[in-house]
Amino acid sequence: MESRRNPRAVVDPKVRQVGFFTSSQPDSTHQPDPIASESHPVASSISPSGNSLSPVMIPPPRHNSSDTFLLRAAAAAASAVSPSSFSYSTRRDFPDGSMTASPGRVSRASFSKPSSSLPGVGMDSMAAAKSSSVPASGLTTVSVVNMPPGLSEKESDQKKNSKPLKEKTTKAERRALQEAQRAAKAAAKAEGGKAPLVSSGSVASTNVKAAKPAKPSSQKNDVAVAAPGPSEKKGGQTEKDRKKDAPHPRMQYDDESRVVKAKRRAVVKQTEAKNRVELFRHLPQYEHGTQLPDLETKFFQLDPMHPAVYKVGLQYLSGDISGGNARCIAMLQAFQEVVKDYSTPSEKTLNRDMTAKISSYVSFLIECRPLSVSMGNAIRFVKNRIAKLPITLSESEAKAALQSDIERFINEKIIMADTVIVKHAVTKIRDGDVLLTYGSPTAVEMVLLHAHELKKKFRVLVVDSRPKLEGQLLLRRLIKRGISCTYTHINAVSYIMHEVTKVFLGASSVLSNGTVYSRVGTACVAMVASAFRVPVLVCCEAYKFHERVQLDSICSNELGDPNAISKVHGREDINYLDGLTNNANLQFLNLMYDATPSDYISMIITDYGMVPPTSVPVIVREYQKEHSLV
Amino acid sequence: MWRRSASFILDDERRRTSNSPPMADNTTRAPFQNPDAISAYYQTRAAHHGVITSDWLAQAQAAVGGGVSGEENSDSSVSELGKDKSFNVIEEFNGWRKQPDLAEAVAAIRALAAVIRASEASTMMELEIELKKASDTLKSWDKTSISLTAGCDLFIRYVTRTSALEYEDFNSAKSRLLERAEKFGEISCKARKIIAMLSQDFIFDGCTILVHGLSRVVLEILKTAAQNNKLFRVLCTEGRPDGTGVLLSNELSKLDIPVKLLLDSAVAYSMDEVDMVFVGADGVVESGGIINMMGTYQIALVAHSMNKPVYVAAESYKFARLYPLDQKDMAPALRPIEFGVKIPAKVEVEMSARDYTPPQYLTLLFTDLGVLSPSVVSDELIQLYL
Repeated sequence: MESRRNPRAVVDPKVRQVGFFTSSQPDSTHQPDPIASESHPVASSISPSGNSLSPVMIPPPRHNSSDTFLLRAAAAAASAVSPSSFSYSTRRDFPDGSMTASPGRVSRASFSKPSSSLPGVGMDSMAAAKSSSVPASGLTTVSVVNMPPGLSEKESDQKKNSKPLKEKTTKAERRALQEAQRAAKAAAKAEGGKAPLVSSGSVASTNVKAAKPAKPSSQKNDVAVAAPGPSEKKGGQTEKDRKKDAPHPRMQYDDESRVVKAKRRAVVKQTEAKNRVELFRHLPQYEHGTQLPDLETKFFQLDPMHPAVYKVGLQYLSGDISGGNARCIAMLQAFQEVVKDYSTPSEKTLNRDMTAKISSYVSFLIECRPLSVSMGNAIRFVKNRIAKLPITLSESEAKAALQSDIERFINEKIIMADTVIVKHAVTKIRDGDVLLTYGSPTAVEMVLLHAHELKKKFRVLVVDSRPKLEGQLLLRRLIKRGISCTYTHINAVSYIMHEVTKVFLGASSVLSNGTVYSRVGTACVAMVASAFRVPVLVCCEAYKFHERVQLDSICSNELGDPNAISKVHGREDINYLDGLTNNANLQFLNLMYDATPSDYISMIITDYGMVPPTSVPVIVREYQKEHSLV
Repeated sequence: MWRRSASFILDDERRRTSNSPPMADNTTRAPFQNPDAISAYYQTRAAHHGVITSDWLAQAQAAVGGGVSGEENSDSSVSELGKDKSFNVIEEFNGWRKQPDLAEAVAAIRALAAVIRASEASTMMELEIELKKASDTLKSWDKTSISLTAGCDLFIRYVTRTSALEYEDFNSAKSRLLERAEKFGEISCKARKIIAMLSQDFIFDGCTILVHGLSRVVLEILKTAAQNNKLFRVLCTEGRPDGTGVLLSNELSKLDIPVKLLLDSAVAYSMDEVDMVFVGADGVVESGGIINMMGTYQIALVAHSMNKPVYVAAESYKFARLYPLDQKDMAPALRPIEFGVKIPAKVEVEMSARDYTPPQYLTLLFTDLGVLSPSVVSDELIQLYL
């Protein structure tokens, strides 16, 4: 780089150059091939052998620089961080010709995100670069990005030529690096080679370790560190995993190595379904019905597992307990049993050991059936309470405190919350209303029953869908109380929607952008309702709110039993799909949840009152505050 | 559409067979509304503005004559609950309310302050209970006034919060409450000034502003803009049945602002030449929508479809914990309408005095808390009431 740019720019020796500077020339020669063969230039830039120790984040622009611009833009875009944003401002200063960027800022410098923006601006910066003695780091990245195509090769050469000055790694860089590493892994898998993985691991580890801006000398250390890096990193990872003792609840199941690791630790041996829909490969899908008998026989042999937890797990597996609230309460009650029977082993603290135990139970439950958001929040609460137990308490006191905490959680957040929700929702039901509900939400059922007790005159329309047919349960309970009901399937929802005055829906969770995550089919009903301008009211307890954001129903979901779709229970004559379950050309998709966008929702009724969907983050924030105080 | 569906006919049959007499003469709206409930809030507004309609005159005469009127009814219901104090409160409130420049909520709070002053309680709890009772009386006296309810709630909330925190002696606490109540009155006037100041940035030279109804806040905004020597003109709707638009145009012409009066139905016709719409609010609800004089929803719809911004000017004490799902989901506030000709008794008249504008048609809210987007209202309410 320097050889090229000397005539144009003054490189400030005090400032370190960031990225794209590798020592070894030879790398440049073999770089083009991997690039050419893959569509992951990011990967190949990392794949150089360990001796080039560049913590390179971004590949030099290749022949098709525009692609790399975009790729880098993608990598850069992945890291939306303040360092990059202020580097944005430093770049902005260039056209003015002023070097307002203070040395302090520059030294932290950046792989600028704005560098991903387009050549037009780059020209200005290039011009400015000539004039101003701008800190080289900023300069470097800018000029690199904005190099017109013809210069790309040369640029890559220079990259190899220049000294590998130690780059201060910013969060942006590290993240980009991780992206690169992940891509590298993918590339490596395709190539079938271990080496790139190692080197990528090394690069990753060096960068990850460089948390603070490092001095140039440490760069040399990095080289030494690089070699033991990968093995350490790998070992470290399994260490951490083992310590956590549970796969990340939203683990991606298309990552082979992780799946294998998870399986090794699994208690429930599930056989994976063979025939899976491509789009949903990141979700686990197992052959249903294979493990239940196996587990039942093992009931008395599984020492590490507490019988209450085991029982709950089996109930999940068989589908006896379903519905967010029911699952959560069952799990918490099982945990209460666990706490009651718990005794601290010697040389261990109650906090740590109990947390570890709970984690192992949780992983067992996940294997039986993936966690719902309500369960996840409850588990977080329990672990929080365990962690907050004062050390001074004796074991029995601690256990009693925990048990009462769990009891309080169930009472306050679920049972009393439901009464508050019912109280609010009932004010929205008027005489003459026709209320539509979908599936079997517990909160809505309570609302309807209470409204009936208050002698309000209304009709209920229960919409149901295969394969679970949960609406029939709700129907039974409503009819028993004398509420006049109509029952249809979801195919008819647009047919009957014109008579409906309000729609009441339940939710498994409400996410931060107001999206309602609930039983599959809810989004359909909400959409049709909004098309008919019928207000949609979602009844959901506040403990089910989550701060994550989901834009579609694909990235996180649960896959159910595909056989349930292929067979119609009780109708043997129309089982046309019998025997086709393992056909390679036919894949069954049985989704359990879907995400309803907030535009279709008129109001969310929670124990905090009636709020619009835009206020969910406020409640999540208040909730966390409450929890941290409590 | 529900009326055409099979279920409606079935329901109708059922209803007709089960209980015929009450339903027969009334229309389907009867179960939901009490046709006799003339909203006192809107009567006050009319009184403030000095628009005397023949209906109002008739009512006033009837009231003087000791005949049936809304006030009488409420008084009798009121007298059932704790005679002396409540009577005091209502009278006090009425007294304050008559002042044209004072907002309802402020009048309510001044009345409650009077309750504190006159109270013989010796502990905080007792005082709180008295206040709660007085505020309930006020609220039940006029269920249709949102700012009244909101103001009372705010004050009670403030009382409970402060009393919980301080363990100081009773008298100083009491005097602090009184002080706060007094301050609230100033807040109202100050709020209007703050709002006027915030909205100046949005009025540019040469713009045309459409105004609906006579809102004192909007008037303040326009006054300030005129004082700042901005050049703009105002289109104002007639605002039947109150005729408030005419009043507004009088006021504005006194300030030398070019005004044009429109029929309510001419809004869409003139919307092309309009740059922005300014309305006040009787209440701001939790969804971010507003409840305001009848016709606001219409104007907001037209403005939205023609991409004109709709700005709402409302003080923060108008934020209420209501959440209407549709137009009929609020407590009905009726107002007699005179058509100038005699209407036969069989003809039904839509007498509702207000409508609900959903938040998607509003652009911004100017409040004394700042310039807010409609979704912030719920945030504020959660923080206030949580």
